[in-house]
Amino acid sequence: MTHISVNVDGTTYEDEVEPRLLLAHYLRDRLGLTGTPIGCDTSNCGACTVDLDGTSVKSCSVLAVQADGCAVTTVQGLAKDGEWTALQRAFHEQHGLQCGYCTPGMIMAARDLLRENPRPEADEVRQALEGNLCRCTGYQNIVRAVLAASGPPAHQAAEEVTA
Amino acid sequence: MIPPAFEYTRPDSVDEAVRALADAGDEAKVLAGGQSLVPLLRLRLAFPELLVDVGRIPELRGVREDGDTLVIGAMTTHHQVVHDPLVRRHAGLLAEATATVADPAVRHRGTLGGSLAHADPAGDLPAVALALDAELVVAGPAGRRAIAAREFFVDYLQSALADDELLLEVRVPRSDGWDFHYEKFHPVAQSWAIVGVAALVRRDGGRIAEARVGLTNMGATPLRATAAEEALAGADGPEAVARAAEAAAEGTRPAQDLSASPEYRQHLARVLTRRAVLTATGMG
Amino acid sequence: MTDQAVEREVGRRRLRKEDARLITGQTNWTDNIQVAGLLHMAILRSPMAHARVTRVDVSPALDYPNVVAAFSGADLAEGLGSLPCAWPVTEDIVLPGHPPVAVDEVRYAGDPVAVVVARDRYAAADALEAIEVDYDPLPPVLDLEAALAEGSPLVHTDKGTNRCYTWPLATGDSFAAVRDRAEVTLKRRYHQQRLIPNAMEPRAVVVTPIAASGEYTVYSATQIPHILRIMLSTVTGIPEHKLRVIAPDVGGGFGSKLQVYGEEALALAIARRLGRPVKWTESRSEGALATHHGRGMIQDVEIAATREGGLLGLKVDLLADMGAYLMLVTPGIPILGAFMYPGIYKMDAYEFTCTGVFTTRTPTDAYRGAGRPEATFAIERIMDELAAELGLDPVELRRRNWIRHEEFPYTSIAGLTYDSGNYEAATDKALALFGYDDLRAEQHRRNERGDPVRLGIGVSTYTEMCGLAPSRVLRDLRYGAGGWEAASIRMLPTGKVEVVTGTSPHGQGHETCWSQIAADVLGVPFEDVEVVHGDTRAAPQGMDTYGSRSLAVGGEAVHRAAKTVVEKARKIAAHLLEASEQDLEFSDGAFSVKGSPEARRTIQEIAFETFTNHDLPDGVEPTINAEHVVDPENFSYPHGTHLCSVEVDTETGRTRIRSYVCVDDVGRVVNPMIVEGQVHGGLAQGIAQALYEEAVYDDDGNLLSGTLADYLVPSAADLPDFVTDRTETPAVSNALGVKGVGEAGTIASTPAVVNAVVDALRPLGVRDVRMPCSPHRVWQAIQEARSGTAGGTGGTGPAQSGQSGQAARSGELGQYGRPGEEGWA
Repeated sequence: MTHISVNVDGTTYEDEVEPRLLLAHYLRDRLGLTGTPIGCDTSNCGACTVDLDGTSVKSCSVLAVQADGCAVTTVQGLAKDGEWTALQRAFHEQHGLQCGYCTPGMIMAARDLLRENPRPEADEVRQALEGNLCRCTGYQNIVRAVLAASGPPAHQAAEEVTA
Repeated sequence: MIPPAFEYTRPDSVDEAVRALADAGDEAKVLAGGQSLVPLLRLRLAFPELLVDVGRIPELRGVREDGDTLVIGAMTTHHQVVHDPLVRRHAGLLAEATATVADPAVRHRGTLGGSLAHADPAGDLPAVALALDAELVVAGPAGRRAIAAREFFVDYLQSALADDELLLEVRVPRSDGWDFHYEKFHPVAQSWAIVGVAALVRRDGGRIAEARVGLTNMGATPLRATAAEEALAGADGPEAVARAAEAAAEGTRPAQDLSASPEYRQHLARVLTRRAVLTATGMG
Repeated sequence: MTDQAVEREVGRRRLRKEDARLITGQTNWTDNIQVAGLLHMAILRSPMAHARVTRVDVSPALDYPNVVAAFSGADLAEGLGSLPCAWPVTEDIVLPGHPPVAVDEVRYAGDPVAVVVARDRYAAADALEAIEVDYDPLPPVLDLEAALAEGSPLVHTDKGTNRCYTWPLATGDSFAAVRDRAEVTLKRRYHQQRLIPNAMEPRAVVVTPIAASGEYTVYSATQIPHILRIMLSTVTGIPEHKLRVIAPDVGGGFGSKLQVYGEEALALAIARRLGRPVKWTESRSEGALATHHGRGMIQDVEIAATREGGLLGLKVDLLADMGAYLMLVTPGIPILGAFMYPGIYKMDAYEFTCTGVFTTRTPTDAYRGAGRPEATFAIERIMDELAAELGLDPVELRRRNWIRHEEFPYTSIAGLTYDSGNYEAATDKALALFGYDDLRAEQHRRNERGDPVRLGIGVSTYTEMCGLAPSRVLRDLRYGAGGWEAASIRMLPTGKVEVVTGTSPHGQGHETCWSQIAADVLGVPFEDVEVVHGDTRAAPQGMDTYGSRSLAVGGEAVHRAAKTVVEKARKIAAHLLEASEQDLEFSDGAFSVKGSPEARRTIQEIAFETFTNHDLPDGVEPTINAEHVVDPENFSYPHGTHLCSVEVDTETGRTRIRSYVCVDDVGRVVNPMIVEGQVHGGLAQGIAQALYEEAVYDDDGNLLSGTLADYLVPSAADLPDFVTDRTETPAVSNALGVKGVGEAGTIASTPAVVNAVVDALRPLGVRDVRMPCSPHRVWQAIQEARSGTAGGTGGTGPAQSGQSGQAARSGELGQYGRPGEEGWA
């Protein structure tokens, strides 16, 4: 067992963990923070994406012990006082989700993109989300949502009205 | 899936890390960014007794200049490599190729040293290290030694690193003024390259003076397309480049797998070498 | 009656009620469930495709810390029956037993052989490795044609054959007769590769028992809580009324969760035995073996026509890979397609035969479209071949043969009565959006100059039968249940509304759409409606969600139940307003007397009146709640026209989709935003079959593409933006006029894309490319065409599915496998 101290969504947790415990399982099974789901075992699907000390990572490919002393932000830590972030609102308004299983990871990956590139082109959004799989949406509305959260070009807002 | 149990240590210094590796014999594995190792553990394709986490050793991170050489710490992440001004200026090929590795989240964790030490011929960076004539500095109980990239990749997933050695840094000769391009051919965005070609070209007037071509996934190790490199010297236009690129697959024995036959890979190596050189030089 | 229907909600782009919990991480996935004393189940699976199990020793697992129990197949056999198949399509079907854990023989790589139950998932995974199993290898059965040959090794030795069933259909003139008078006949073989559904949420099940009273609650990531309850009762012997099944938030299904899985029965049986709650969650790579696959067919198709392109007849011989066992509706999947091969076309003769074949692979079953994408692919591919043969534009050939809009209702050659449609309108709209003529001109220029990057244009029309299904048709098809759907409306005392539905959504947005339907009929605010679903205690009657049935059948039930609420409220309103029912009008949620609109009672007020029951008319029950069970009178028949342009790099074989336009007619639309989203997702899955995905096996029957690193689910970076539009021809078989949209995109996109790829390469002599049209297969097809081998019928790629012919000779077990020596040869 290894002692770790991890700040998750603003709360510092101290725990003894097996070194092999995945960060994703630590969040879900130990802390009960089940907002972050797990979708694969090869780091391809991105459903488990969280923010670790300011960058997006796949929490199924990080050991909890590697997060010792770090700050983790999950999808559960985004809304403040019940107020959704612009990305969360955009996913809702652009219908960027159906079953919603990929959504926490998509939002966390998109958040990372917008931090580095606040006004991305559609192609840049698609490239930035290459590590996050969705089986429901065909991605088009996810791309729309990320663009909308970054401030939509005028023509897109017009398109939405007629859609 | 669930990784098997292992012991864990997180040394603060290179000496401590090397000591930990030496004590454990061949039962230890170095944990760098973990982006290859953790999935392998989860699939229970690796069973180390000890993981030596080198993620908190300051000496292993960062990029600096040493005369005509760029020195990149082994634990420098892909994301840092892509955005580092020194790398972009003096080793543009590495920055360009690294930007094609996996996806953004993996690039935040994955490291240059980890990718090279993993010695996966399907990884993008081993072939790039070969093309750049990089040198890998490693530390072991007997001290430090430098290994040329050409000597480093021994076999499939096997490097020249001894069990008790740790990769410290990658020394890359500056390639200022060279043309470069990494041409990656992969079936979907986040998958491994079926074939990749790393081209580094020095021109003299309208002719190619010298070309270095690294091949991804064309055998058990990354390769240099030496016959094509020789043929490219003196090439003065697209036709000459195309003729030279026909030699790109010479001597290769690529694998059969889900996405390609050996013949197809060899064909791709020729096409992609031509394209890589033409894109790099703007000759196309 | 003069009630005014105020259309405030249906047709409106309502944002989804479901989203709030999903975008904030407050979702209730099955794997999230934690209860005191929860045990975790892990399953040891066969590493071999086919073997006799000579010894299973679970005792070493019991020595591991935190392990509570371990079981072999024999240990569990008592009290655990065979997993069910509800669709024995013929009288003489071969129906093998299917134990949830193999007892003496394993029949596919992944077949369960033992189970461990431990305090947490890590302990369970560790102990699994300690179990000792001896296997005596048996020959795998992989090739569908060889499996039927005399002397083939058998999947089920006691059955004496690998032939599961043969199901024939012949309608109209005899095909032999029309072939004789045809001026042109074409014969083609198409391969529907196996696909792995890969819903984003892996399967999971939690069972919480109350041992003392023998009551069990099963939480499962399932599409079918109601069917599952009945079937689990049958398999375990636990009386149905002691079982409650809950589908919590479910993360996609696409047919893969339309199943009664061994793990669900095991978790229940073990919870019963141990008296402790049990959880099982599959990993993605485990799911690749353990969750059923889709498609897996060889299609021999023959078409007969006149020189002018008039279709005379169609003959289809199908070999369908059942896999090792028959699961819930395995044998019926190809039969769902049987009626769709003629598509939207008129012809005189149709013959269809399907032979189901056992192989030593993961069982197949429903995957998005389920039989209908395969049928549409075959007819739409061979229509393109016929157009090429006749020198006709492929759109023109379709025009010459399709049912004209004035001919509806039209009984197809396969015997279905298409109630409505307008193929001309959808096609004309699609052609205009696509810029068809300009693209053809560009294609011509590229071909003329020998451009190494060719342009290809693919068209696919389609119709499908959805809205499953009229129960008597299901009876005639020997399906074991009906096709009705139930809904009830509960008017709560404060005027709020609960819509209880038997559908079980897992991403489709039923909570939003059912609220829209109910709000309109009742005239109450959308926000005042809550939809209750997915729990056999709260929503006791249902047939669940699959086959694009939910809106056409379940939505219709909601609609009718709401209408009945209004009629029941009318009696009470008449009493309260002291008027006769005939003098009342209902508008905007309120009853009023004609001519004096100031005296009114809202339906929400009447709900409160029924609650107090202080002043109801004599003999009137104090409730306006209503319930309806709808058995559809017909299927519904969405249709559409899809157009795809691709650029194919003939040097590397890479295909890039340049543009994709589709115009779908799904009848009346409840929520255009949700409809568009369904189309997008369907397109992505259909395109994925065309270009990327395949379950690949080696010669020994091992699944090589068993992780998401090797099974290529496309990402945002691999897919284009789609142009989607609609025409609207209301269905006449239901009051809402709706048809269904869940599968449409998947059905039409696969042939549109492959037609485009072949169209690009036809000038080079290529006539077909086998799916997925990977760069390697495309390149290989071009090589074969150039060298004249196989007439350029298309590459089969380095690693075939093993469905037919030689399987892969790969030395490498995928990217994460261990390479064999010959891997580098």
